[in-house]
Formats: sequence, structure tokens, C-alpha cells
Amino acid sequence: MKYKSQKVAYWFFALSLLLFALQIVYGFIMGFARIGFDGLHEFIPFNTARAVHTNLLVVWLLSGFMGAAYYIIPEEAQRELVSVKLAYVQLISLAVVGVVAIVGFHFNIWEGRKFLEIPRPLDYLVVVNVLLFLGIIIMTLIKGKRKTTTALVLTMGLLFAALLYLPGMLPFDSQVTDSFFRWWVVHLWVEGVWELIMGGILSFLLIKLTGVDREVIEKWLYVIVGLTFLSGVLGTGHHYYYIGVNNIWLIVGGIFSALEPLAFLAMALFAVNMYRKGEKKHPNKLALYWTLGAAIVSFIGAGLLGFAHTLPQTNLYTHGTLVTAMHGHLAFWGAYAMIVLAIISYSLPNMTGRKLYESSRGRIAFWTANIGMIGMTVAFGVAGVAQVYLERKMKMDFMEVQNEISVHFIVLILCATLFGTGIVLYMIDFIKHGRPNDEALETTDN
Amino acid sequence: MLSKKQARTFFLGGTLVTFLVFIGLTVYSLSKSQDQTNHENITEQVVRGKNLWETNNCMGCHTILGEGAYYAPELTKVIDRRGKGYIKAVLTTPVPWAPNGRKMVAYGFSNEEADDLIAFFDWIDDIDLNGFERIVSPLSNDDN
Ligand code: HEC
Ligand code: HEM
Ligand code: HEM
Ligand SMILES: [Fe+2]
Repeated sequence: MKYKSQKVAYWFFALSLLLFALQIVYGFIMGFARIGFDGLHEFIPFNTARAVHTNLLVVWLLSGFMGAAYYIIPEEAQRELVSVKLAYVQLISLAVVGVVAIVGFHFNIWEGRKFLEIPRPLDYLVVVNVLLFLGIIIMTLIKGKRKTTTALVLTMGLLFAALLYLPGMLPFDSQVTDSFFRWWVVHLWVEGVWELIMGGILSFLLIKLTGVDREVIEKWLYVIVGLTFLSGVLGTGHHYYYIGVNNIWLIVGGIFSALEPLAFLAMALFAVNMYRKGEKKHPNKLALYWTLGAAIVSFIGAGLLGFAHTLPQTNLYTHGTLVTAMHGHLAFWGAYAMIVLAIISYSLPNMTGRKLYESSRGRIAFWTANIGMIGMTVAFGVAGVAQVYLERKMKMDFMEVQNEISVHFIVLILCATLFGTGIVLYMIDFIKHGRPNDEALETTDN
Repeated sequence: MLSKKQARTFFLGGTLVTFLVFIGLTVYSLSKSQDQTNHENITEQVVRGKNLWETNNCMGCHTILGEGAYYAPELTKVIDRRGKGYIKAVLTTPVPWAPNGRKMVAYGFSNEEADDLIAFFDWIDDIDLNGFERIVSPLSNDDN
């Protein structure tokens, strides 16, 4: 750590992990409800558990991205954040908005649009919060000594993510138009601007961890984000096949979304090649695990499993089934959860001054979480394929099919337990590092 | 070999072009002549139904037009499948509806509210979904 204000990041990461833990709890509530243990139905019906599960996911990832920006931007711009006080105000208001929204979900207060359940009045608070965040980051960047591509791409991702939140706030009378613009948020986030955020963090980590020349890394960063937008913007069409709009999207969405995996493939090849090329001198091997892991698992979860159901001929049958849940889990985990855990693993020793690089707990956390998540993906996948076949091909009744496939949710819960164990170990490691402090300031590059 | 500047041009150029095409296609496919939803049939009652659908987050258990959660039946073609009387019973009952053990929230809607939701499902039922309606509808006997 070179700048005192970078310490703010620690608290964003702490909030992030706290909400992540809660997200997993609600995941288990849904898992159990699916095998008949729905004792909480009165207080936490499935739709509440689901809205909490997915919104916590989004909020903890955003908190992680913000922490990442507060850590990375000072180092890239070579100056302190313009205001640490405002950054703490922003942290607290983020936590408050998140908690209020989630409490509201337990009292039937929401907007009922998948992933955008936060009610409109709270949306405005989200906007104010994000504006404050962007203000701090952009001012720091403008006043900074240098403007690197890494910092620019990261900031651009965060800025566009904020702008794209707005179409999701427009009201429509038609369910179809509503859904159309819902995707401008959901799809253009995860298959567009969030990839810029991921790319920016990845590039920062690779520069630090591999020691490869910045110019080389940043050139490839442009190529990757170029591929992302080239395929991802028109790839939005893969959500427009069967929701009641023109069938021109079958062709446009089919072709361009089929190209989307290229961006993830490029990211994986990029990370692995830079690692091979580099000097491998950096002692923080755990951060390297998570960094390379994110690049590789995102290619599997988003690239391969996304491709598996993106052609219109396949999506006709898989649209809105557990196949989508299979893909959603591994894609979010690989691309966004792992990159947040990577930047935490990298920055934590630098902020606290405790260099616990050789922790075997950390390694076990990495492997158990990943093996658990892959198991969960397989469980969702088998359930999903069986559902598609029985319900959509054999035309069996929905609930009859659900009873047939409930056994896969026992497997899901077992794998989720393994996954959860890994995450608990990760959190213990986090706590063992202690608090950030000014003694951790260093002048050398780390 | 590609230079950093060329890489940046590729990024900016590609983004601009695809974005403009995307906006163009959006305007085209939402234009009146391309409507597949019978937009003129969206009555006030349908809008009230949609509002109930959203404020109760039915999408947190069900899918509609293939979007939502995978816990409870897809409802795009529910009127074909069950008829309006059955649906009214589901929506008005004061105890959790659970013919197969899995529970729905007991909303205990009034008659009017139930009618609003049914009007909403009725409008949804007639949308041209580029073939998906045949996959989720029990009335389709075709083999694909
Ligand atoms: C907690 C989850 C949950 C929520 C929330 C929920 N439902 Fe249901 N719904 C179910 C379940 C479970 C069934 C019963 C499936 C069965 O066993 O036939 C069901 C059945 C139905 C049916 C009959 C479908 C059929 O094919 O038999 C309709 C219609 C329906 N729900 C409408 C709604 C509406 C409208 C809302 C929102 C106001 C809603 N549901 C909210 C879980 C839910
Ligand atoms: C990190 C990147 C990605 C993440 C986090 C992600 C996540 C998700 C999620 C959560 C959904 C469900 C959305 C909803 O129903 O509201 C979804 C749907 C979908 N994704 Fe992705 N995805 C990613 C990348 C991709 C890629 C690269 C492809 C294609 C190659 C793809 C193809 C699809 C398709 C076709 C659907 C629609 C499924 C359906 O019809 O039900 N995804 N994705
Ligand atoms: C560890 C325990 C977990 C369990 C038991 C679990 C279980 C579930 C279940 C049952 C659903 C609902 C599927 C349905 O509608 O029927 C769901 C949805 C979802 N979960 Fe999890 N989950 C867990 C962890 C995670 C993690 C770590 C992530 C992200 C990295 C995640 C991301 C999601 C997403 C994106 C959805 C929405 C999927 C969609 O709509 O297609 N979950 N989860
Ligand atoms: Fe998408």
C-alpha cells in the first residue's frame, strides 16, 4: 500500500464478505424449500429468499468493485483519494440502502422485476450513492499524476454501469417492453460493462503479480474489451428471441451472442500467457490463484455454458428453465465473485501489513469453494436438462417434473455445503489479517 | 504486430458501430408496425393486473414469457392450461395453494383483483412469441 486513503477499500471488502455470507444463507433456504423443507414459508417465502439471494449478490459484488476502485485508482493515479470522509459516507449509505431493500423484501415491498426488485424510491438513493462514488473516483483520476489505461477502463466500466441502471427505472404498461429494457440493465451489465470492470481489475492484478510490462498488458486489455462490446451489445438479442418482439433478433442475437465467448476466451488466454511470460517473483501466490481462476472459470461458466443455450434453436427449449440457473451460478462465480476475491486476496496483506502468503487455509478455501461450485453447477445442469426433456419435449406437467428432479437438489445442497465451507475458510483468513493500518505503508512496488 | 493505438481504435470503433446498430434495431422492433403483442388490447384492467403481478413479485417463483424463477409453473399459457375458474380459485384462496405439496403464498385476492390478474394473463396469452408459445402450451400437439 502506498497511499493512506487506500485503506477505505478494506471496509468495502468487509461489507462485501458480510453480505456474501448472508447471500449463501438465503441460497440454502431456497435449496431446502426445493426438497420439501419449507418451514420458513410463512416468513420467508421462496420469492423473498430469491430476491434477497440475487440482490445481495449484486450489492456485494458492487461493494467489492467499489473497494477495488478505491484501492486501485490511487495507485494508478499516484495520489490520495480526493476525500476519504466522503468515501466512508458512501460506504455507509450503500450499506443502509442495501439493508433497507432487503428488509423490505420480507414485507412484500418490491418492484417484482427479476434482478431489479429494489423499489423505485430506493432506486433514486442508489443513483445518488453511485454518483458520489463516481465523483470521488473521477476527481481523483483527473487530479492524478497519470492516467493509465487500466484506470480508464475500470472507471469507464463503473460509469457505464451507473448509466445503464437508468433504463431499468423506466415504467411501461406492457410486460414485453418492460422486459425489453430490463435486459438493458441485466444483460448489458454482465455481458458488457461489468466485463470492463473485470478487465480493469484483472489487468491491474496481472501487472502487479506477473511483472509483465504494462504496455503489453494494456494493449490486450483494449482488445478484450473491444471484443466484449463488439459481441455483447448486439448479443442482447439472445434475450429477445421469445419475449414477444420481432424475430429479427433470432438472427442478430444468435450470431453476436455466439461470438461473446471469444471475449472470455481472450481473457483466459491473456491471463495464462501473462503468467507464463512473467517473472513469477511476487510472493502472494493466493492472489495469483484467484486471478487466474477467475479468468479460467469465467470462460467455462459464461463462455462455454452461455454458448450451450444461446443459439435460438436450443434456447427455444431451455428458455426459463434450471439450465439458466446452472449457467447463472458458474458465470457469476467465475467472472465476478472470483475477481472480487482475487483483489481482496491481493490487497489485504498490503493494507494490513500482515503477509500471510503461505496460509494453507487460503489454499484449501480456494479449492473447496471451486470444487463445491462446480458440483453445484453440475447438479443444476442435470436437473435442468432433465426438466427440459420431460417438460418441454415430453410435455409432462411442470410439478410432476419437479418431483422427478428433486433428488438433484439434495446433491446441490451437499455441494453447496462444500462451497460454503470454502467461503467460511476464506473469511477466517480475512479476519486473521487484522485491520488496515498506516504502518503498512510502503514505498516499494507490491 | 498490433499496436496499443490500433487496439484502442478497434475498441472505440467497434463499440460505436454496434451500439448505433443496436439503437436502430431497437427503434425498429418496438415500432408500431412490428408489434406482436396486440398493444391496443392493454386495457386499464390489464395494467392493474400487471401492477399486482409486480408488487407481489410473482416472478420470484413463476416464469412468464420464460423469465423469472424456476420454482413454480410457467404462466404464459396458464389460461389455456387451466381455465379462468381454476386460476381464480388459486388467487382467492386464503390458505397456501399447494396441490402437489409445494406452497404458493396465500394472497387471498378479492374477486376484482383476481379478475385483473386474469385479464393480464389473457393479454399475455395472445402474444406472438416466435414459436415459444407452442413449447409451453399444452394445446400444441406438434412434435418439436
Ligand atoms: C412462494 C412461491 C409463489 C409465489 C410468490 C407465487 N406463486 Fe403461484 N404458484 C406457486 C406454486 C408452488 C403453485 C402450485 C403448483 C402446483 O402444484 O400445481 C402455484 C400455482 C399458481 C397458479 C396455477 C398454475 C398452474 O398451472 O396450475 C397460478 C395461476 C399462480 N400460481 C399465479 C400466481 C400469481 C398471480 C402470483 C403473484 C400474485 C403467484 N402465483 C405467486 C408458487 C408461488
Ligand atoms: C459473466 C458473464 C455472464 C453472467 C454473470 C451471466 C449470467 C446470467 C444470468 C443470471 C442469467 C439469467 C438472467 C435472467 O433470467 O434474468 C443469464 C441468462 C442467459 N445467459 Fe448469461 N451470463 C453471462 C454471460 C453469458 C454469455 C457469454 C452467454 C452466451 C454465450 C450467455 C448466455 C445466456 C443466455 C442465452 C441466457 C438466457 C437464458 C434463458 O433464456 O432463460 N451468458 N445469464
Ligand atoms: C451456496 C449456496 C447456494 C445455493 C444453495 C444456491 C441456490 C440457488 C437457488 C435454489 C436459486 C433459485 C433457482 C430457482 O429459481 O429455482 C438460485 C438462484 C441464483 N443464484 Fe444461487 N445458490 C447458492 C450460491 C450462489 C452463489 C455463490 C452465486 C453467485 C456467485 C449465486 C447466484 C445465483 C443467481 C445469479 C441466481 C439466479 C439464477 C437465474 O435466475 O437463472 N448463488 N440459487
Ligand atoms: Fe445475456
